[in-house]
Amino acid sequence: MLEIKNLHARISEGREILKGVDLTVKPGEVHAIMGPNGSGKSTLAGVLSGKPGYEVTEGQVLFQGRDLLAMAADERARDGVFLAFQYPVEIPGVNNMYFLRAALNAVRKQRGESEMDAGQFLKAVRAKLKLLEIGEDLLQRGVNVGFSGGEKKRNEIFQMAMLEPKLAILDETDSGLDIDALQMVSRGINALRGSERAIVMITHYQRLLNHVVPDRVHVLSGGRIVKSGGKELALELEQTGYGAYGDAA
Amino acid sequence: MTDTAAARNLAPLREGYKYGFVSDIESESAPPGLNENTIRFISAKKQEPQWLLDWRLESFRQWQKMDSPHWAKLRIAPIDYQAATYYSAPKRQNAPKSLDEVDPELLKTYEKLGSPLNERAVLAGVAVDAVFDSVSVATTFKKTLAELGIIFCSFGEAVREHPDLVRKYLGSVVPQGDNFFAALNAAVFSDGSFAYVPAGVRCPMELSTYFRINAAKSGQFERTLLVADKGAYVSYLEGCTAPQRDENQLHAAVVELVALEGAEIKYSTVQNWYPGDAEGKGGIYNFVTKRGACRGARAKISWTQVETGSAITWKYPSCILEGDDSVGEFYSVAITNNFQQADTGTKMIHLGRNTRSTIISKGISAGKGQNTYRGLVRIQPKAANARNYTQCDSLLIGDKCGAHTVPYIAARNPTARVEHEATTSKISDEQMFYCQQRGLSKEDALSLIVNGFCKEVLKELPMEFAVEAQKLLAVSLEGSVG
Repeated sequence: MLEIKNLHARISEGREILKGVDLTVKPGEVHAIMGPNGSGKSTLAGVLSGKPGYEVTEGQVLFQGRDLLAMAADERARDGVFLAFQYPVEIPGVNNMYFLRAALNAVRKQRGESEMDAGQFLKAVRAKLKLLEIGEDLLQRGVNVGFSGGEKKRNEIFQMAMLEPKLAILDETDSGLDIDALQMVSRGINALRGSERAIVMITHYQRLLNHVVPDRVHVLSGGRIVKSGGKELALELEQTGYGAYGDAA
Repeated sequence: MTDTAAARNLAPLREGYKYGFVSDIESESAPPGLNENTIRFISAKKQEPQWLLDWRLESFRQWQKMDSPHWAKLRIAPIDYQAATYYSAPKRQNAPKSLDEVDPELLKTYEKLGSPLNERAVLAGVAVDAVFDSVSVATTFKKTLAELGIIFCSFGEAVREHPDLVRKYLGSVVPQGDNFFAALNAAVFSDGSFAYVPAGVRCPMELSTYFRINAAKSGQFERTLLVADKGAYVSYLEGCTAPQRDENQLHAAVVELVALEGAEIKYSTVQNWYPGDAEGKGGIYNFVTKRGACRGARAKISWTQVETGSAITWKYPSCILEGDDSVGEFYSVAITNNFQQADTGTKMIHLGRNTRSTIISKGISAGKGQNTYRGLVRIQPKAANARNYTQCDSLLIGDKCGAHTVPYIAARNPTARVEHEATTSKISDEQMFYCQQRGLSKEDALSLIVNGFCKEVLKELPMEFAVEAQKLLAVSLEGSVG
């Protein structure tokens, strides 16, 4: 599904942040990428999703065998790469529901499926809303406008549930969530686990991993993956902290 | 969902200015130049009564003493008024009695404009008083309207058939010498629309006119007069497209609205005149005087405009709130891209007690466009408890454009309440990326964000107009995001 080979990247005209990341994610797997602040977690998410402002200086990323880095951000999205934003963006005046339907139809078109009409869409929406315990009123508001922190994160997972991506990258989705919201979001993520889908969770804390149990855990430090292991690695980190991994660069 | 329809229709519109075609119809034009003989020629061509000729001539004399206004934030190349042609009409102008009699070339033109009269009339329930160049060639739905006593016809026909009404209201809201361009229009106006809705009648369909400049070098001087008698209601749509030209074309229209006691007029415009090319060459000079008077208690006039076209837009649809409890509204979206300039806004003149006005203005600047909101809210001494709410939002795309807000407020009554809010924002890279990360193309993302920004105005438009307006917003901003 996803193959990252010796990935080096920097902030445009700035210093190098990723210094040779190697990572392979197979369909059906859930990987957690953990690491201290400034280790390059969000840069990795940005580079994979095509966010402007980063420059890849070396290495390769293959997504389903294709050169991911050669694709524009919207192309990647339509091909099944989804990024749950750490800070979801507000778009005033654009109805949340309308936005989602436009996105869904763009993705469906790419998959060779027909566009959903309003009726079909609403039906699909209601099923997913229930899962995440999101009220319908959220749909009628502007995209992320006036949402609480928890609502924004839930809305990201709701979008993911609707778009059914092949590769989901969750960038600090657990940050700023209270325990109830964390459980709801986790239920949403778990519901999406499947043999055809890969999930990469980027997180600073271990607590999300109590609810969404990963197949693999990686420690990113100094722009490199310095340790990989099973789910027990996350627990170990919880005990020892990131100090042991220092600045591995 | 109108938004989806708009998105679907974007692709074919990306190929440059869609309406830039020129119909092959012979014109019978006045020789270029402007003097009293030109005006006599126009008046004679239109077989006008003496009183109207005199009115035109008086306007012309006033105009000669006036100067072109230069207070607007616009850079305008000098206009040679003697080089323009002031009258041109399709040659076969023996008034057609049905669509079958209309020149097929004309019908084709309307089809390209997306306004096939027969279909449009049936599907949308819209009566189209189509103006091709200067003479109205077809009017539909007249019969249905006539049964209700509603008059909807070309201005020329109104002069012939309803001279008393025309004489009573012509120039009563925008006097002949009101301003330079209004005086010019009064002297040389070619044709336009007239509507009268009798007391207590609610016009069952939206009245619509498609204006179109066609013959080369012919300025367009439309004149529109709408009267809603006591308790009447009418919604009027005005849409403009123009063929591509290299030379600047002058357009100086006048629109007068009169709403009597308890009457309501809703006037919606989508303006899409040729804006000039990406280098700023060509484009229409659009100097428009639009004003409505609420002449009786509880009258209401609502202007909604979407201004995407023209090289220069100079336009301030205004309301004179004479009647107690009367209401004025102004909803505007103005886009300037490339080298377009717009200086537009409104005037709300509160004369009666408890009068209320609302102003929502959305200016979008891209490329090297300059966009100015200029508004006046005047509360006169007798307008006790008058209220105004003004909101001016500017959206910038890129860093070479400009947005300016010039609000004038003159409150001469201590009980007046005037609120003004203004914001300026930029489309952020984060917003664009967020949309793209959800699968939307750059163009669709921009269109979505801009439409969201304009939502409060677009929702005031009748449905079919809203769709066209959304398309236009997207087309107008093409290439503005790198």
